[in-house]
Amino acid sequence: MGPLVPDIISNEFNFIIAIIVGMGFGFALEQAGFGSTRKLVGLFYGYDFTVLKVFFTAGVTAMVGITLLNHLGLLNVDIIFINPTFLWAAIIGGVIMGGGFIIGGFCPGTSVVAAASGKIDGWAFVFGAGIGILGFIEGYPLIKDLMVADNLGDLLVFEMMGISREAFALIMIFVATGAFVGVTIIENKVNNKATQWLRNDISKYSIGVGIAVVLVLITISTPTRNELMNERIDAKIASGECQPRLMEGDKLAFELIHQYYQYNVIDIRSAEEFKKFHIPTAINIPLEELHKQENLGIITQNIKTNVFYGASFEQSQRACLVAKYHGKADNFALTNTAEEFNSNFFVATKAEPQNKLENEVYLFRKDAARKLKEIGEAVANLDKPVAKKAKRVQGGCS
Amino acid sequence: MKEAPKKYMNPYLAGFFLGFVLLTTIYVTGRGLGASGAIKSFVVQSVESIAPEHAATTDYYITQKQNNPDGPLKSWLVFEVIGVIIGAFLSAVVSNRVTVKIEKGPGVKNTVRIAAAVFGGALFGFGSQLARGCTSGAALSGMAVMSFGGIVTMMSIFGMAYGLAWFFRKLWINKVN
Repeated sequence: MGPLVPDIISNEFNFIIAIIVGMGFGFALEQAGFGSTRKLVGLFYGYDFTVLKVFFTAGVTAMVGITLLNHLGLLNVDIIFINPTFLWAAIIGGVIMGGGFIIGGFCPGTSVVAAASGKIDGWAFVFGAGIGILGFIEGYPLIKDLMVADNLGDLLVFEMMGISREAFALIMIFVATGAFVGVTIIENKVNNKATQWLRNDISKYSIGVGIAVVLVLITISTPTRNELMNERIDAKIASGECQPRLMEGDKLAFELIHQYYQYNVIDIRSAEEFKKFHIPTAINIPLEELHKQENLGIITQNIKTNVFYGASFEQSQRACLVAKYHGKADNFALTNTAEEFNSNFFVATKAEPQNKLENEVYLFRKDAARKLKEIGEAVANLDKPVAKKAKRVQGGCS
Repeated sequence: MKEAPKKYMNPYLAGFFLGFVLLTTIYVTGRGLGASGAIKSFVVQSVESIAPEHAATTDYYITQKQNNPDGPLKSWLVFEVIGVIIGAFLSAVVSNRVTVKIEKGPGVKNTVRIAAAVFGGALFGFGSQLARGCTSGAALSGMAVMSFGGIVTMMSIFGMAYGLAWFFRKLWINKVN
């Protein structure tokens, strides 16, 4: 499903979305008090930790939400924008920004909020940011090398720590909660106020934290849709019911020769194996990618008949069941493996057949091989599905 | 008669709301929020309008033009920041917080505050380009998608600001520690 852009929502309409979420962003920041420079800077002098509270709550909320949506198969985390890690640029840029924060009293987003609510210092900061960016652009040739040094790619922090996404989300919830308690104590001390833990507040906030923890625990303890699918298919194969319909290699060859356009031949082996040999007119979707959103449109169409084949019969049987699991389509599993098909039709090393029946099969296969090759070449450029690969979204701030 | 400004929202509630907006953004568009990128778009557009010859011969602007053939202002972040301005203004209006004023630490002159804001802004603007995002684009959105770079940038920003806080205390607090 998600992200909805660009397949469900067009790139043009995305600009309208931008205005709408921008309004939410601006509203949230202003309501939190981020339009006030003294409130922001309070973080660094201990008299007001609003920034930390808002920032951490927002980050953890979004983090838990993404973890949950990913688990439910509603959001494809493989294609959302991940800020790439250029280690030195990230550190040095961050350090310079830290200086800008304590001197200017804003960050770019909050300065826009301050400016919108009439603060002249907000306007001054926005103006200054423009100058800084201009300086960066004009000096870019000098900074270019630093900018691209130590590229670690789309590195995820939990991968780096060697733990799961869910575990990291859980850790962040506890870190944030601990920080909230800590800063409340510090804040009251700096402001010479006694720290009171009201029962009402404690239960209110415990519920909030509890919900977040429970949501993450649910994602840990329940299987994902993909796991569930495989589990059910395993169970069906094990119990012996629900055998997919089968098709012999010779039958497929016959059908392809006479009406190849009725068939959707799908090779579920890896791309390399596919490249070495594949049945003419076949397309390649590796088994482990069959259930992905971008491929479901091909395997659940109801115009052509699907014929799956792979390196083993078990593989094609499984692919057939995956397709069946996802919806209506006319599915067949090829009884022959790719290897067998190849040797039966294309590698004619067999001796002259002895009896009449064998001879007929031999002649049919020889003829079929020639015709299949012709058809394969003829449709090679016509009939291929448009290569559709979900691309990673471009985002970021620069 | 002017009413007194309303109290700010509970920070955790505001944070939850902000996180929800961020989550929605990522779910719908596949990308996070941002701010500094929009300012960059304005800068690039300004240079292209004021000094077209310079823009036509400098690599950076040429690359920008290739990436944004419809002009720098037709970018997602520009529209998003227009939304931020509208949203922040509406929020300030409903909470009686729209006032034209300069906010500053106690005893700080207006000129000092404005100069510091411009200078701080310049540092932030420069740094945001180097780190490929600011507090919104790199730190907040990066944290949400668990990007290592985003979290490194976040720690650098806040770490440095804490490190320098003592030196710039006269800008913000009156107390002599």
